[in-house]
Amino acid sequence: MAEFLAGAAGFVLLMVALGLIRILRGPGDADRMMAAQLLGTGGIAVALLLSAATGIGATVDVALTLALLAAFASVAFFKSATDAPAGDAGDRG
Amino acid sequence: MSLVDLFTVVAVGAGGFFFLAGSVGLLRFPDALTRLHALTKADNLGLGLVVLGLLPRVDGVLGGLKLIAIWLLALLASGAASQLIARVARRANPPA
Repeated sequence: MAEFLAGAAGFVLLMVALGLIRILRGPGDADRMMAAQLLGTGGIAVALLLSAATGIGATVDVALTLALLAAFASVAFFKSATDAPAGDAGDRG
Repeated sequence: MSLVDLFTVVAVGAGGFFFLAGSVGLLRFPDALTRLHALTKADNLGLGLVVLGLLPRVDGVLGGLKLIAIWLLALLASGAASQLIARVARRANPPA
């Protein structure tokens, strides 16, 4: 069973790598950020699958950290792409 | 192969299929908003199916709750992030 789970992790990683082609193609910054978002979600799935395959429980904490970082990355992207000052973005969009 | 193993194979396999769908959608859809639609829905469904498939394999209730908590955190983060990314995409290409 561990082999299947590790293989599934490899498959998801391959799909994430396929999605990263969007970073090369663009065209907009938002498209590139979406591929980075995909890396976050896919990375969580890979970490969880590897945790179950290897039996190392601490890998679940890696997935938890990735989930948190992906959220902050998107907020930082929004802050840099808009000229919104620090604080509540409100309804300026 | 036990029933638990079969459940894991089916759920994780379905999750992998949704990751495939998400990546293909991200590459093939024509504009930013449709790509966002493919990414945020398909990938979080794939992650949810992977978590569902791994649930019977964890030891203890706490481990299962932790997996579900990670999925919920990913859902919340993705929901908020997709709103922000859509706002940036719309500002770059304003609707006519």
